[in-house]
Amino acid sequence: MTTQPAQPGSGEQADLSPRDAANWAKHVTTLRLGEVPAEAINLNVTGKRVVGPIQGFGKLWQKTYRVELTGLQTTPAEVIATWKQAFGSFWPKSGRFYGPLTSIAPGDVALLNLDVGGGAKLSTGILVLYADDESFTFMTPQGHVFAGWITFSAAQSEPDGATAAQVQLLLRTNDPIYELGMPIAISRKEDRFWQDTLTNLARHLGQADPVVTSLAVCVDRKRQWSNARNVWHNAGVRTALYMLGAPLRAFRRAPSGGRDEPRGRE
Amino acid sequence: MNQRTQKNATMDVRQVNGAVSVVDIRGDVTAASETALGEAYAAASTPTTAAVVLNFTGLEYMNSGGIGMLVTLLVRANRQRQRLLAYGLNQHYRQIFELTRLDEAIGIHDSEDAAVAAVDAR
Repeated sequence: MTTQPAQPGSGEQADLSPRDAANWAKHVTTLRLGEVPAEAINLNVTGKRVVGPIQGFGKLWQKTYRVELTGLQTTPAEVIATWKQAFGSFWPKSGRFYGPLTSIAPGDVALLNLDVGGGAKLSTGILVLYADDESFTFMTPQGHVFAGWITFSAAQSEPDGATAAQVQLLLRTNDPIYELGMPIAISRKEDRFWQDTLTNLARHLGQADPVVTSLAVCVDRKRQWSNARNVWHNAGVRTALYMLGAPLRAFRRAPSGGRDEPRGRE
Repeated sequence: MNQRTQKNATMDVRQVNGAVSVVDIRGDVTAASETALGEAYAAASTPTTAAVVLNFTGLEYMNSGGIGMLVTLLVRANRQRQRLLAYGLNQHYRQIFELTRLDEAIGIHDSEDAAVAAVDAR
């Protein structure tokens, strides 16, 4: 690997072979989802662009959830390997992760079906933006509750050398509807979701009584009103409309042979 | 020259003129370089600074933590009504800026001269 930096100010490109080249997803304009199980609601993923904090609407938050795996003989790489291998299995029952069966790799696209309360569901997805041996990061698509990145990582804690697993979110809500729900329910649901996920992971790894700590920092209190139009892509609204239309679609199909109702379309 | 060093990363700060400062980044940009980059940005940011230019010519490695750090730096720049620009990104890192859509907020230029000219043009 050649890593000879050019002189500052020259503007010339150094001949770099980046060590991280294999860790990043390839550039994509819009997402494309592979096959998903029949029971999944497949909406709001294919054809959507990914969005980061710059494209979001609400206040910018950095939330960190962390569990210390005290007393366990496990390395950060082993924790991440386990996490990648069965990522969806550590989620609480309120969320379904329809991703690759084998592991998490850069460029993978996964479908998410989330219970949002009152029997309502939300269909959205994620792109695996980055993955290495000790971390991986998801980026959200248009219409997702959040615009940003979710990083899952493991590292040795400074004082005692124990391995800790962590989920860190850097995100804004995507549109004014989600932002309105943030202080009412979304923030608490999000906290609970990742706390439960880390608890499940820690128990799987052998921690009898895991303690998850949380820290939320508002990085930017300004809302980005120029992105208020993101509401057009709101996956919650779109999924609700789709669900409401299910009886009508079933009725329309009945005279033509009563075919099964497809579980979502893109 | 004003230098900040942290594990696997060195940040040098240069004043190009009263309105533009450059941070020369060498090595790795990860969450671990947060303090060094934050201090470099503070040193680059004077009361007359209109823009801070990040020189990525010496960038050797960047992970998603590094991208997150650039977002928080952007928030800081916006708060101080300063622009954040970049140059020296090779094809790989340009694609990462495009993929993460950071390029929509951090102006990317081919050279330091082009970045400084973009500030002067305003």
